[in-house]
Amino acid sequence: MKNKCLFRICVTMVLIFLYLPIFVVIIFAFNKIKSRTLFTGFTLNWFIELFKDKVIVSSLFNSFILATLASIIATVIGTLAALQIVKMKRKSQSVVMNLNYIPIVNSDVVMGISLMLLMIFILNVVGGSLGFLTVLITHITICMPYVVLTVLPKVRQVDPNMLDAALDLGCTPSKAFIKIIFPQITSGVISALVMAFSISFDDFAVSYFTAGSSFQTLPVLIYSMARKRITPKINALFAILLVLILIMLIFMNFLDIRSKKIKIKK
Amino acid sequence: MNRFSLKFLPYGLFMILFTLIPFLMIIWFSFTNESCGLTFENILKIGNYWGVIARSLAFALAATIICLVISYPFACFITKFSKLTQKLLIILIMLPMWTNLLLRTYAWMTILEKNGLINNFLKTLGLPQLRMINTPGAVILGMVYDFLPFMIIPIYTTISKIDKNLIEAGNDLGANSLQTFRRIILPLSVPGIVSGVSMVFVPATSTFIISQMLGGGSNALVGDLIESQFMGSTYNPWLGSALSFVLMIIIALIMAITRKFDKTETEALLN
Repeated sequence: MKNKCLFRICVTMVLIFLYLPIFVVIIFAFNKIKSRTLFTGFTLNWFIELFKDKVIVSSLFNSFILATLASIIATVIGTLAALQIVKMKRKSQSVVMNLNYIPIVNSDVVMGISLMLLMIFILNVVGGSLGFLTVLITHITICMPYVVLTVLPKVRQVDPNMLDAALDLGCTPSKAFIKIIFPQITSGVISALVMAFSISFDDFAVSYFTAGSSFQTLPVLIYSMARKRITPKINALFAILLVLILIMLIFMNFLDIRSKKIKIKK
Repeated sequence: MNRFSLKFLPYGLFMILFTLIPFLMIIWFSFTNESCGLTFENILKIGNYWGVIARSLAFALAATIICLVISYPFACFITKFSKLTQKLLIILIMLPMWTNLLLRTYAWMTILEKNGLINNFLKTLGLPQLRMINTPGAVILGMVYDFLPFMIIPIYTTISKIDKNLIEAGNDLGANSLQTFRRIILPLSVPGIVSGVSMVFVPATSTFIISQMLGGGSNALVGDLIESQFMGSTYNPWLGSALSFVLMIIIALIMAITRKFDKTETEALLN
């Protein structure tokens, strides 16, 4: 009993440590004045101001479009690759997986500058400047390895005999894929998609080096603001995003629990 | 067969073009100069910066150790709660991970700053003010804060997967709780510790956001140094690449060490 009490205290202390700064950010989203340390009164003004600020709204929009496209493309490419990787010989499989680990293990600064070097080199040849397309390509590159790692275990669990059976019974390969393989890997594909979206949406370092000045994502905007002063509008945006993330996490866990329940029922 | 390799083609192209080639470009830039001639100048120049590299490693090591000391008991404690509470706690720990790192670090800036929340609080109590921002401690605190969930989650995962029968068997055979911990729980949680350590140490060594926001100019890390070679006024991608090359070698060494440690532990367990 005494132990349980001690556990509770320790767990609470770590949670307080994790949430104190988040709490501070959110509190100052409701602050009447612009100060980031003195709380004078409650207001919802910053939430309204936020959507009037063209720079913030456009970079939020940029980040959203970028993350949506990058995560979808990365998930499609990564899933297709995972389907093929399981069929490879052991040796080529280990080569592919080692290469797959490079972007994951490597620090984001090194990924950022190495892709920047390449992009500048390519742009020198074909012309043009750093912008949406270069960031999109780099984001697909950093998301793809995570997709492969998330989808691969699911693909491994698929029984190859089921596919053969479907083909024997006259299914076309594409129909067999939709009816047999895809339903079995859906949960992996969805979590890969969500993960890729969040990696792209939160990425700062890689976008910072490869976006140039014409295309600004939200993290890059926050970085440039942090050097001077961040307006409470950003705090308000943070509060909104936090609520959205919380809903998403609970929803995903709910899905997870439900799929497990279905499995048990079967 | 052709149909199948078509599935792999986009991925393969992406990996070669945007992972392997940039990787080789860093090595190429490290050993060349402006006129594309081979040179060791960049690598030799790194000698001037060994202090910064040593500082990055020291800060990252300190942050990793603090994270481990907090996370291990914490992860153990979580497993003692009911399944539903565990799930809820894990969501609570993951939530900060999904939020923007820049804003979380910025929040610490407002807390630690000269006229920040802590100093304001001390002032109202009539206590002397503390100098917290722009110190090594602030940078390490920022690292611990930003990367703590990356240590907790893998350790929790391995501990929660330990077969309860093993612990019961240990108890039946007369092991006390300390022995159970040392002989069963600790060895079986090594994979979690290893992945936690590398997931904290690697980003902590190479960060430049945390050191810029919480460390001021005097606590520059190797990440800052690389960043300034590419984005700052002193544009020098050759030196920047050489520094990145060194950073990559350091990371590769860490991974090799942690993997080896992981292997020997599991092998020892099998014997």
